[in-house]
Amino acid sequence: MKVNDAVFGLVLTTLGVTVLTVVQSYPKIPGQQVGPALFPGLIALGLSICGVILMIRGWLNRSKIAWFEAPEWFHSPRHRSGFGILMGGIIFYIAASNTIGFLPTAWLLLVALMLNLKVNLVRSTVLALLIALAVHFALYKLLRVPLPWGWMAPIAW
Amino acid sequence: MWTALMQAFGMVFEPYTLMVMVFASLFGLFVGAVPGLTATMATALLVPVTFFMAPIPAIAAIVTATAMAIFSGDIPGCLLRIPGTPASAAYTDEAYAMTRKGQAEVALGAGLIFSAVGGLFGTAVLILAAPALADFAIQFSSFEYFWLVLLGLTCAVFITSDRPLKGIITLILGLLVACVGLGNPAGFPRFTFGNSEMMGGIGMIPMMIGMFAISEVIRYVVDTSPPAELVVEKVGNVLTGQWELAKKYPIQILRGSALGTAVGALPGAGADIAAWMSYAMSKKFSKEPEKFGTGHIEGIVESGAANNSALAGAWIPALVFGIPGDSITAIVIGVLYMKNMNPGPTLFTTQPQNIYAVFLLFIIANIIMIPLGILCIKASKRILKVPRNILMPLILLFCIVGTFAINNSLFDVGVMLVAGVVAYLLEENEFPIAPAILGVVLGGMLEENFITSMIKSDGNLMAFFERPIAATLGVMTLLVWFAPLALKRMRRS
Repeated sequence: MKVNDAVFGLVLTTLGVTVLTVVQSYPKIPGQQVGPALFPGLIALGLSICGVILMIRGWLNRSKIAWFEAPEWFHSPRHRSGFGILMGGIIFYIAASNTIGFLPTAWLLLVALMLNLKVNLVRSTVLALLIALAVHFALYKLLRVPLPWGWMAPIAW
Repeated sequence: MWTALMQAFGMVFEPYTLMVMVFASLFGLFVGAVPGLTATMATALLVPVTFFMAPIPAIAAIVTATAMAIFSGDIPGCLLRIPGTPASAAYTDEAYAMTRKGQAEVALGAGLIFSAVGGLFGTAVLILAAPALADFAIQFSSFEYFWLVLLGLTCAVFITSDRPLKGIITLILGLLVACVGLGNPAGFPRFTFGNSEMMGGIGMIPMMIGMFAISEVIRYVVDTSPPAELVVEKVGNVLTGQWELAKKYPIQILRGSALGTAVGALPGAGADIAAWMSYAMSKKFSKEPEKFGTGHIEGIVESGAANNSALAGAWIPALVFGIPGDSITAIVIGVLYMKNMNPGPTLFTTQPQNIYAVFLLFIIANIIMIPLGILCIKASKRILKVPRNILMPLILLFCIVGTFAINNSLFDVGVMLVAGVVAYLLEENEFPIAPAILGVVLGGMLEENFITSMIKSDGNLMAFFERPIAATLGVMTLLVWFAPLALKRMRRS
């Protein structure tokens, strides 16, 4: 996704000014000239200046570079849904893995992504299960990472 | 010294370490040979596994996997015209042109042999330079460290990027991320939004996995270009003719290795930039520059040596000062801290056995690269046919569980996702990523030395130039910042 530099500049300047405002409330250290606000304050100042330069540059180039330019994949439903599945899948894992458990969450995520990437249904279903089981075995059994069991707790092995 | 050396031999030649090296080699060769998977990604994916290892096997895994991956990136470049890693991109067209002429064996063989030679050259410089620099650096105070870190960050922005403004912005974003949490000289919680997970700061490893692995998975999922096709059916003996090449191009090999090591040692510039610079230099000084681009081996010999020597070069500032030479050593520094091998000049006096072990690992990795590389080239047709539509979901799952494994925290998985999306967006808009990584890794060090120096000097900025080495480093930094502006103005007037 191509975005005109002016848009980036605006976002960065806003971020810089926000940080500068926030650090004003940081406490001073008694007897010292420097405190926790100094370093992030200097960085935010630099970010704001760079943001303004980027805004000017983007504005001057606005006839050549569009404000937003959708990438090629944006026009392909399969690639668009692939991006959605990837983002949604990771968010789903964060939200649901503790409740549902690692194995079902990982399996669902893998099946959805593989189907989108044109792996056939039977292959996706079986491979996703094998991969989820193998990763679970390697991490949970060998490396002792506490992957959640969730709904599968009664049959945990 | 001898006791430490013997201890190092003992640690490196332990069966477990050797077994780790073999597996890491195979992993590195595979990752490098699959287009879209990079050496940095290999390192990021290895971190969760190395978390459960002793320090030396952990470092062994990273050293061998990265050396192998940088070489094997040449394979798809040569056979498919797609570089396996960015480090091979400089001479991909040249290698592919050789393949079209029926000389794939020579191109792949040169890539392998001169990668190993370059890697060994870089290792020799690492062995000689690092301890000498450490001796020198032991006298450094916060003033010198402040300038050294700033000079490193400056190099990352100005030397490695053709867009300094965008480089400065990503560097600042990295520094801002490093400000999050309690880890500042005042111990005051900054930008934590009252979230206890953010008190300890943004995890470096989840960020790296996001920026280098998740962003690649995104790129694959949204890639609309058709798959490339193999143009060779069988690759013959890759060693044939390599000795003749070594005799024909000794200067090029030496020059590529030396330039690669120097570029690698510059913070932010890694194997990819070393290869581009070296290829350009090879063409400039060649007696047959007109042959470049038509399937001529000279540039491949020189830049193939350069990208592997850069790997070892990057470890020099990483071990001596804790300043990463490239994005791989940026991750390595995180691993060193996790393993209580905090980089810095004192590491050379307190844990010399570990330093010698690192040197030995580099030597072994570059030697075993030749037989394993030959096997990898033989199996290349099969590796290149591995279905990436199954591999990428597997990598995604491994990223998630690997990130989770560091702190058993789902918050880290969220950090990984955000870092991946941000890195993808920034790269799509031509913002360089390397300065951001350096900002995150060095932000704490820069602030600590800046604040300490300010307190010592009671706020007097001139104190930053009062010590001779600090003054030299300071002037060098300012020159890198302002010389291009001054030159531009002079040219205009």
